[in-house]
Amino acid sequence: MTLMQGSAVRSFVVARIASGLVSILFISFLVFLGTALLPGDAATAMLGQEATPELVESLRQALGLDQPLLIRYLNWLWDALHGDFGVSLSNGQPAMAMLLPRLENSLILAFSAAVIVLPLAISIGLVAAIKKGRPFDTMSGLVSALFLSMPSFMIGYVLIYVFAVEFRLFPAVSSVRASTSLTGWAWALTLPVLTLVLVAQSHVLKVTRAAVLGVMGSDYILMAETKGIPRIRIILLHALPNALSSIVSICMITMAHLIVDVVVIEAVFSYPGMGKLMVDAVAYRDIPVVQACGVLFSAIFVVLNMLADLLGVLVNPRQRLPRRGV
Amino acid sequence: MTTNPILRIEALRVEARNAVLLDDVSITLGKGEVLGIIGESGAGKSTLALSSMLLMRPGCRVTAGSVELCGQPLIGLPQVELEQIRRTRVAYVAQSAAAAFNPFYRLERQITELPALSGRLGRSERHRMAAALFEELQLPDPESFGQRYPHQVSGGQLQRAMIAMALINKPELIIFDEPTTALDVTTQIEVLQLIRKVVREHDCAALYVSHDLAVVAQMADRVLVMRHGKMVEEGPTRQLVDNPQTEYARQLVSNRGHHGYAEQRGDDRPILDIRNVTAAYGAVTAVDNVSLAMAPGEVLALVGESGSGKTSLARCVAGLQPVRSGTIALQGAALPPLVEQRSFEQRRLVQYNHQLPDLALNPRQTLRQIIGRPLSFFHKLSGTQREKRLAELMAAIELPVSYLDRYPSALSGGQKQRVCIARSLAAEPKVLICDEITSALDPLVEESIVLLLGRLIRDENLAILFITHNLGLAARFSHNVAVMQHGRLAEFGPTAQVFETPQSAYARTLMEAVPQLDEGWLESRRRA
Repeated sequence: MTLMQGSAVRSFVVARIASGLVSILFISFLVFLGTALLPGDAATAMLGQEATPELVESLRQALGLDQPLLIRYLNWLWDALHGDFGVSLSNGQPAMAMLLPRLENSLILAFSAAVIVLPLAISIGLVAAIKKGRPFDTMSGLVSALFLSMPSFMIGYVLIYVFAVEFRLFPAVSSVRASTSLTGWAWALTLPVLTLVLVAQSHVLKVTRAAVLGVMGSDYILMAETKGIPRIRIILLHALPNALSSIVSICMITMAHLIVDVVVIEAVFSYPGMGKLMVDAVAYRDIPVVQACGVLFSAIFVVLNMLADLLGVLVNPRQRLPRRGV
Repeated sequence: MTTNPILRIEALRVEARNAVLLDDVSITLGKGEVLGIIGESGAGKSTLALSSMLLMRPGCRVTAGSVELCGQPLIGLPQVELEQIRRTRVAYVAQSAAAAFNPFYRLERQITELPALSGRLGRSERHRMAAALFEELQLPDPESFGQRYPHQVSGGQLQRAMIAMALINKPELIIFDEPTTALDVTTQIEVLQLIRKVVREHDCAALYVSHDLAVVAQMADRVLVMRHGKMVEEGPTRQLVDNPQTEYARQLVSNRGHHGYAEQRGDDRPILDIRNVTAAYGAVTAVDNVSLAMAPGEVLALVGESGSGKTSLARCVAGLQPVRSGTIALQGAALPPLVEQRSFEQRRLVQYNHQLPDLALNPRQTLRQIIGRPLSFFHKLSGTQREKRLAELMAAIELPVSYLDRYPSALSGGQKQRVCIARSLAAEPKVLICDEITSALDPLVEESIVLLLGRLIRDENLAILFITHNLGLAARFSHNVAVMQHGRLAEFGPTAQVFETPQSAYARTLMEAVPQLDEGWLESRRRA
């Protein structure tokens, strides 16, 4: 029995990782297919609209674009697996080299938002659960739902209007570079981070509240009350750990969404991140860069989702440990 | 009784939003005394038990009366002082240990939480306290037992661990709230003996809440009978059992008493013939080479502890679980293993009733739709014919015809179970499978359902496969009994024979573990 269950956890972990890798592979094909189906190809994009058909055709042959789709995909995949997504069509640099500093900026933005939003939303959800049905609960639910139902770019523009245009407290355009000072970074990041926080808080808050409330109704909470355990200890030490697996899952999924949401927010604030790069690359038909961004974004999304599932299992002793001694 | 009672509750009244949960209840409990509280569900037993530490469920409040624990009035005390009293003076043992232990922590950490909270004892001292209690409660491997998580030990062990948790701070009052209801009879008797021993040796007062009069009769010095939140009768245990004063208490006692066995019937040809049936879930064998037969008009009780394969066998008969080997024949013709492969007629002839009618009835259908469906499906009835048959079925289950337009939520638990029976009868089956259909019901409601089934057997010449863990019920109601253990048939024969002169060792253990009203029954059992 012990052996069986121990290997059950291991095989779950292996299966989940395998399915994550398959997802990334499948997405890479979809990204490749999507960019291949765009009207025009790299050759026309490079040579411009006035190029003669003969010239385009010879470039296509030089680039290998006359080969079947599947062959082109496999060649691209092979290179991509070695970190080579090709050369940017706009400035001739390797796509990866362009991408990495931008990725770093995006991660700074997303993680700054996560560091603020996760503890904040969990705390508010917890307090809402404790004060169920009281004004704090109603108000936090209302405000949270309000920001959930607004599109993220609109929240961004409203913040820019209020804090950058009317009060002139923060810049409307968050342009930073590596040499920018720390305070400069903080100043530039405030509005985009605030936008992300408002966009991402809702699910974490609601799941925390619901999970804690669900646990508070269980017999072991009544048991703790009969033992005379103080209420705050009951909530933090008896209820919260049992709600943890749903809370950890939603946190991971929220992180994944944060990283995807930056695409829109970076465009709104002209922040030099990967999202902005991707939006620009689409506009210029810079296909290698679009492909690299697409694959990287989806890989991050898949990995975080996978972590959500794995952590959800590992924080639960009933799933982590075997039954025995019956 | 000493002059200073441990617990004194006077004229207590507890109200929820629009219901009175307790009305004018007074109890006194002295040192070393055990008071049994008995009644059906909703009688206010648990509310009263929790009131002794002034713990109210959300929405409930005390509107009159007083609660005094160890000489200290509890009503009006601030929350902090109440918690202090709960930590030191009184302990609670809940019904389902599996649900009452926090799944997130190891047992020892939960059991020694209160000493740890007080901060006076170090880690190794706490471990020694826990290990000593595990030893006292006869738990295996007391030194390392506490390192396990709740899901890693059995139900009986968990219940004993909860008693250890209750004893950790040497309380003056322990509340036992149906502590053995979720256990099998053979496990129950061990836990009952331990509770008796612990209460005597630690010399504390105890409240013992149960719906089982025989259990209370073995555990308590005095018994309080409750109904609808009111006290019905209170008195010393022997007096209440031998000479109940109120009508309700008389019914409870007579319900537990022995009525003799159902009359054996002549040797009809079997309607259902189960031969060498084996069924398994993956590598786990649930039913192992079982052979049984039942005749029309006969009740076959299928008894055994949880996990013994009773329900799996019933699911094989119903075609919900395929048999690995062996045959099941209905009226002499072998049934295909799965219900999808059975003919229309074969499906009609075997009907299944579940334990929880709430889960078996569609809450969005009226009784007319629920009971009418098999009428139109199996018998193609419609219009006035269908109405006429519906009225007959409602009469058969003793419910008014006007109820046909009600939804299940408007019915009581017993009435819902009757509706399930009517739905089965609508198909006009030959074999009715009843899987623990009364175990969620109160004793008197259970009795009424059993009477109804008894009448149906005579009127409709039904054969009933009656699964139950309630051996007393099996003894009163069945013609034949099949005892199952670990998927195998331990014994099969006429009810009187199986109960009076059981042949197998396991059947004997099982029969002897059924609590009886007789004085000194628990002591007379050999120690487990």
